[in-house]
Amino acid sequence: MGTATETFYSVIRRQGITRRSFHKFCSLTATSLGLGPLAASRIANALETKPRVPVIWMHGLECTCCSESFIRSAHPLVKDAVLSMISLDYDDTIMAAAGHQAEAILDETRAKHKGQYILAVEGNPPLNEGGMFCIDGGKPFVEKLKMMAEDAMAIIAWGACASWGCVQAAKPNPTQATPIDKVITNKPIIKVPGCPPIAEVMTGVVTFITTFGKLPELDRQGRPKMFYSQRIHDKCYRRPHFDAGQFVEEWDDEAARKGYCLYKMGCKGPTTYNACSTVRWNGGVSFPIQSGHGCIGCSEDGFWDKGSFYDRLTTIKQFGIEKNADQVGMVAAGAVGAAVAAHAAVTAVKRLASKREDVDHNS
Amino acid sequence: MMDAVAPASDARPDLAAIASDASGERAVGRPTVYVYEAPVRICHWVNAFAIIVLMVTGYFIGSPLPTVAGEASDHFVMGYIRFAHFAAGQVLAVFFLTRILWAFVGNHHSRQIFYIPVHRKQFWKEVLHEIRWYAFLEREPKMYVGHNPLAQTAMFTGFTLFVAFMIITGFALYSEGAGIDSWQHKLFGWVFAIWPNSQDVHTWHHLGMWALVTFVMVHIYAAIREDIMSRQSIISSMVSGERQFRD
Repeated sequence: MGTATETFYSVIRRQGITRRSFHKFCSLTATSLGLGPLAASRIANALETKPRVPVIWMHGLECTCCSESFIRSAHPLVKDAVLSMISLDYDDTIMAAAGHQAEAILDETRAKHKGQYILAVEGNPPLNEGGMFCIDGGKPFVEKLKMMAEDAMAIIAWGACASWGCVQAAKPNPTQATPIDKVITNKPIIKVPGCPPIAEVMTGVVTFITTFGKLPELDRQGRPKMFYSQRIHDKCYRRPHFDAGQFVEEWDDEAARKGYCLYKMGCKGPTTYNACSTVRWNGGVSFPIQSGHGCIGCSEDGFWDKGSFYDRLTTIKQFGIEKNADQVGMVAAGAVGAAVAAHAAVTAVKRLASKREDVDHNS
Repeated sequence: MMDAVAPASDARPDLAAIASDASGERAVGRPTVYVYEAPVRICHWVNAFAIIVLMVTGYFIGSPLPTVAGEASDHFVMGYIRFAHFAAGQVLAVFFLTRILWAFVGNHHSRQIFYIPVHRKQFWKEVLHEIRWYAFLEREPKMYVGHNPLAQTAMFTGFTLFVAFMIITGFALYSEGAGIDSWQHKLFGWVFAIWPNSQDVHTWHHLGMWALVTFVMVHIYAAIREDIMSRQSIISSMVSGERQFRD
């Protein structure tokens, strides 16, 4: 899949794309990344001069929804990303090579591009039973991951699986599926969570890394700030209904038809960091809340283990029977209230009794 | 801070003096000690008011009021509730901090709610005595100028620790709206290192509210009860600052 020596620009031109379209692409990318006016020319310059970055894309315990999302990117088109911007040397799902041929590419990349390639990981390694719950190329995936991470420049953790663990790590996590950053600790890791992540976010991250040769600025949890610094709630188009106090109370009520806020229906927008309410999905067509369903918080850590997607207050499982904070609190307050009342009653009785004693004693 | 670890027993009034006052004829002047200085009292009532506002508004943030009809632009119900919550939260934070600062400046009673002398055997003995008193196993309560050892333990846990927890998680949650460049996020963003999903921070903040509700119930009950049973002023002391011993 290419020798990774030609520049992006020559690949782009070879594909019959005009210089004009090329510059359009550069400005569009700069805009979608939220960069300044000079960035477009810098992107163009980088694409004209830099060799394409080799990318190894591996699949661990996952469902391939990240790949499905990725191939639907519209700005930039995934075709541009895969065929022009990066040199996707290995991706067992979509590559032509198979078997020993495919595995040979891994060794070749490690030898030829030591410390220069990007390791994109979709899914995560299960660690239980020596990693045998995910065998890839005859070896546990965790071994392959560690081997390829050794010589990588940086690692992209695609999706909720690689970033947080996702549903295969749901309690009790029998395979001990473990997010990438718990396994690889000596390499820069960029988390691009979501189940799946937004296509434009994925290609945007790839574009940034290939353009500037470094990782974008990350937040405290290792996510690129440019896409994950705000909550769905902060940029939700239904936010005015939230501030007004207008909520959908049931799925088929008048408020639902009017498009009121889905807060009471358990929308996780207020606790979810992602770009859905700005970038949206399928080329900006829509996103879950626009379609009338609350956000399920799929880019957040542990979203699969936080009770119903349709409850406002999170279920607390530690109390045996599933309860939320209000139910637990009211029981506690009720118990203390009853205890206080009982104590007060006993105090009153005791006091009366001792007064009588005093009276008896004095008389 | 040596003064801060002054034994609670030192804080007790001269029992002999009280006894001699009370023996024979009823003493005209009741022994009175100035305990709570003005800043302590002001902080107490401002915090009490803020906490009530925070509890009510906080509850309605978690479980909002029924939907209002009409245009969204005509209403700001949730906005006002959240504003009241945030405003009261900032007030609580400021007066909580003031209260901590006053602990360095004020008399030794002002330091009582910020520590538990865990290393002192006598302290735990007196805690046990207080527990026995509340379990109706002791006939007479001991008298203290400040908080009794059990009350000190309850105040330290139920007020100082719980409120600090609520302020920290509260500002962390506030920083989500304020943005990751805000000072709130710089100071309190580490909370999300403990609970990466802010849904959990919401839940803990919510549970913290109920913990405070139970504390407030016990606090008020104990204050009223001791006012009657321990023969010393409690409630009026938080207004006047003076503690009167009625034996």
